[in-house]
Amino acid sequence: MTGSAKRINSELFTLTYGALVTQLCKDYENDEEVNKQLDKMGYNIGVRLIEDFLARSSVGRCHDFRETADVIAKVAFKMYLGITPSVTNWSPAGDEFSLILESNPLVDFVELPDNHSTLIYSNLLCGVLRGALEMVQMAVDVRFAQDTLRGDNVTEIRMKFIKRIEENLPAGDE
Amino acid sequence: PSVFIADMADEALFQFLHNEVIQYVNSAESGETENGRCVSKLENMGFRVGQGLIERFTKDTARFKDELDIMKFICKDFWTCVFKKQIDNLRTNHQGIYVLQDNKFRLLTQLSTGKQYLEHAPKYLAFTCGLVRGGLSNLGVKSIVTAEVSVMPACKFQVMIQKM
Repeated sequence: MTGSAKRINSELFTLTYGALVTQLCKDYENDEEVNKQLDKMGYNIGVRLIEDFLARSSVGRCHDFRETADVIAKVAFKMYLGITPSVTNWSPAGDEFSLILESNPLVDFVELPDNHSTLIYSNLLCGVLRGALEMVQMAVDVRFAQDTLRGDNVTEIRMKFIKRIEENLPAGDE
Repeated sequence: PSVFIADMADEALFQFLHNEVIQYVNSAESGETENGRCVSKLENMGFRVGQGLIERFTKDTARFKDELDIMKFICKDFWTCVFKKQIDNLRTNHQGIYVLQDNKFRLLTQLSTGKQYLEHAPKYLAFTCGLVRGGLSNLGVKSIVTAEVSVMPACKFQVMIQKM
């Protein structure tokens, strides 16, 4: 690219995501509705993204939740968002862990206005993870435990394994 | 050690988001005249993103010789940044109308090629029309941008410069 091209912001995904959240805030009356919609949209993306991911990476079937966590953090996040969250805070039973994001590419230049204090801006990510894992037979619960946009030092996503999904059951309808 | 095809993974992610945004706007606008409002909403979103992409430019007359220079920038640098390829063909009547042809528009490759899907094509082009309009706006150029599918997955974007 030429010199002038360097002054084009390469954050197409981030900017588009911002425009989406802005639109949702206009369309819905409260943050809770926006959060739900972001989760739903993320789910719809996740159930398709998993195929793209499996096609790009040659990771085989994960044997346990720890392996899953590592693949999510070191492969998937790196590949799609260019960051590698750290995997920490494992529950004693090994069924729950945290992804700590030092930086969240979705929130570059974003500030939450005062009247959106309960908005989970990056909630799409929770839906994506939930949808993607459902397609590989894992029912999980995903939520933001900390969010830099809401004043925390880091962004923390908490993932909990609920149960294995039998392969002959139809996938959830959204 | 596994092999990862990370190339263009970010592009794939954007395409998934773009598709989901279309589905959302489409379902939110179901009813009378839904297609027009849907396209309009998508175009407006694209406009804001296009502005954001060219945020650090000002109307710097020294940077671009003329309007055609700006359009070439859109066709080469801007298109490459957004779609990882250049516009394949640029035509103009030298009177403020430009036609940008992309022979393999990335955001259409997901759409099936059957005739019944062609009516949905405008929704897949609307955001990008806004992108171009927004980008041009931050370069000091006011325009109207429309698009049409010629033969899938080729499409043409028409830019009409508005004199201010």
